[in-house]
Amino acid sequence: MKIIVCVKQVPDAKDVRLDPETNTLAREGVQSIMNPYDQHALEEAVRLKEQLGGEVTVLSMGPPQAVDVLRQAISCGADRGVLVSDRAFAGADTWATSYTLAKAVHKIGDFDLILCGKQAIDGDTAQVGPGLAIQLDIPFVTCIQKVREVDDKGLVLERMMDDGYDVVAVSYPALLTVVKDLNEPRIPSLKGKMKAKKAEFEIFSAEDVGADSTCIGLAGSPTQVVNVFPPPPRGKRAVLTGTVEEQIEQLVEKLAVYL
Amino acid sequence: MLIVDSELCIGCGVCEESCAFGAIEVVDGCAVVGDACTLCGACVESCEVEALEIDGGEKSIQADFESWQGVWVYCEFRAGTLAPVSLELLGAGRRLADARGVSLSAVLIGADTGDTAQRLIGHGADRVYRIDDSALAYFTDESYGAVLTDLIKTHKPEIVLAGATAIGRSFIPGVANSLGAGLTADCTQLDIRADDGALLQTRPAFGGNIMATIVCLSSRPQMCTVRHKVMKELEFDSSHQGEIVDVTPDPVLLQSKVRVLESVISEQDNVNIQESDILVAGGRGMDNAKGFELIRELADSIDAAVAASRAVVDAGWIAYPHQVGQTGKTVAPKLYIACGISGAIQHVAGMQSSETIVAINRDENAPIFDIADFGIVGDMYEIIPMLITKIEGQRGS
Ligand SMILES: Cc1cc2nc3c(=O)[nH]c(=O)nc-3n(C[C@H](O)[C@H](O)[C@H](O)COP(=O)(O)OP(=O)(O)OC[C@H]3O[C@@H](n4cnc5c(N)ncnc54)[C@H](O)[C@@H]3O)c2cc1C
Ligand SMILES: Nc1ncnc2c1ncn2[C@@H]1O[C@H](COP(=O)(O)O)[C@@H](O)[C@H]1O
Repeated sequence: MKIIVCVKQVPDAKDVRLDPETNTLAREGVQSIMNPYDQHALEEAVRLKEQLGGEVTVLSMGPPQAVDVLRQAISCGADRGVLVSDRAFAGADTWATSYTLAKAVHKIGDFDLILCGKQAIDGDTAQVGPGLAIQLDIPFVTCIQKVREVDDKGLVLERMMDDGYDVVAVSYPALLTVVKDLNEPRIPSLKGKMKAKKAEFEIFSAEDVGADSTCIGLAGSPTQVVNVFPPPPRGKRAVLTGTVEEQIEQLVEKLAVYL
Repeated sequence: MLIVDSELCIGCGVCEESCAFGAIEVVDGCAVVGDACTLCGACVESCEVEALEIDGGEKSIQADFESWQGVWVYCEFRAGTLAPVSLELLGAGRRLADARGVSLSAVLIGADTGDTAQRLIGHGADRVYRIDDSALAYFTDESYGAVLTDLIKTHKPEIVLAGATAIGRSFIPGVANSLGAGLTADCTQLDIRADDGALLQTRPAFGGNIMATIVCLSSRPQMCTVRHKVMKELEFDSSHQGEIVDVTPDPVLLQSKVRVLESVISEQDNVNIQESDILVAGGRGMDNAKGFELIRELADSIDAAVAASRAVVDAGWIAYPHQVGQTGKTVAPKLYIACGISGAIQHVAGMQSSETIVAINRDENAPIFDIADFGIVGDMYEIIPMLITKIEGQRGS
């Protein structure tokens, strides 16, 4: 079974915050991590490989330093890592990202299954997974919370809905996006870490994947950011005072409109 | 490309601070752009001497750009029920359509939709495209996506809105991608730009730490998914006139390679916390599953739904659909009562747009108090029972 996992390097949320005085993003010491949802996608891919045999390729699009997440993926059980990286990709929105990843998938070759995270925590769009499936012309199912059955033909899955879940069946090739409930990602083993240390990665440029220059980066993106600004500030914090009883009294008074 | 005008740049470093990706550095008194730049534009905004500019190259405008007209709302219908966000979107759609001087159409896809189309007209639609077919009883991305894509190609609306629900955020990206259209996820504000009529789509990014406004200038339709509870629905007006257009889809469009075997509406998960006006959220401070019962009691006393931090979900006291935060749901109720929640950034990311936030925590330094409108420092086992009694007393009187 050949599985491709799309992983994105994102700034760690706990470091990204607005400086309340200057209203700018404080980025001091912003660490980069593998997008949390993608860790669950990777874990599931490695489990499927352990069960059915095969190979797990991790694919990322990003600047050269994004190889760090590929290395992390190898330490957690992936076999091969591909980075699509080119200055020309800068400013890609979800359409251009899906297009570029699809081109890279074609170059990687045959696959049975593609796994993505439900969304990336920097943009929170949840659009790249479905977009990639459309570009590749394969079926997709989003928000997988459980793999019920799997064999060499296909899968039976639970997908999370707002009012419960749907049980669906799909055959290969297919693309799935996953949520956090699916599994518990493993900690890298010592052997995995050794393997990651030595791992080499294939780097694809725009030309390598045969991308049309009008479809990538900012030029290939139908959407364009025209303004970035801080959210409206919240009022000042107000810790109530007095005995517990008095505090509760005050609180219920303040909340009267809602009760 | 991000271009730095070295003549204008004074090396002040404001852009360096404004970059969430660490892609700008001031070297020898001038800003230098690194590989991590995503062209988000935050630095351009922040530069006081206008030394930064984004050059996107020329985008070719779609050939039939001008012929796309009208505002559409995808109205989600599942298992006999219309998603409430649909009516809010008709309210927003009406406003946009009036600003553009065009008509507002609703798209209703499903089976046994009854008098839903009539309802949509009463809530502001001038036209309803109704695709009611037993083959559409269950949602699949392929069939719903193919039906909507085909309709959009035929009628060419300039704007398409959909709810940022599980269904909307699943199949709408597929539709937009196959149309080559721009799609903005999870918008919280929509406006028409006066000079060119473009749809200004504003959404939170980085867990609500920044807001970004997005436009689509070269292609049509302009598409977005919109959060629940941010747009206002119009009162039902039985005198509002509209036409219902029944569409019979080509059978080819109704096929799907994904088969739905079963649709499980879960008793426990069915309360969609994104739809509640009041949420009572419990954290690890409740100690154990039994302690968490107190949260449920408090919620019952004020007709609220129950939410939780990830720590609680991981401990198995409540199911994942109740988790709020970066890896759970984003909520914006009128009132959010956080009990025994420390206020980790990943949790705050999912609830900081709530109208009023109340925090109860025994640690006065807990970060949750930084965003709370009202805080009580103390032990929950003492506070919550008293609060329930007080509220019941208040409501009883
Ligand atoms: C990648 C990633 C994604 C994450 N996503 C999410 C997410 O989506 N949502 C989320 O919530 N978290 C998320 N987290 C976890 C987050 O970092 C915190 O660990 C979590 O939110 C903590 O939950 P808590 O506040 O319930 O528990 P704690 O941090 O343990 O806080 C418990 C609080 O209860 C108080 N307390 C204890 N006993 C009492 C008492 N008797 N009376 C009053 N107060 C009491 C304590 O003072 C403390 O402040 C994520 C973490 C990572 C790394
Ligand atoms: N640049 C990228 N490289 C690799 N995978 C990506 C990239 N961007 C998004 N993805 C994948 O698509 C998912 C959804 O991302 P998004 O649509 O940006 O929220 C992520 O969880 C990844 O699996």
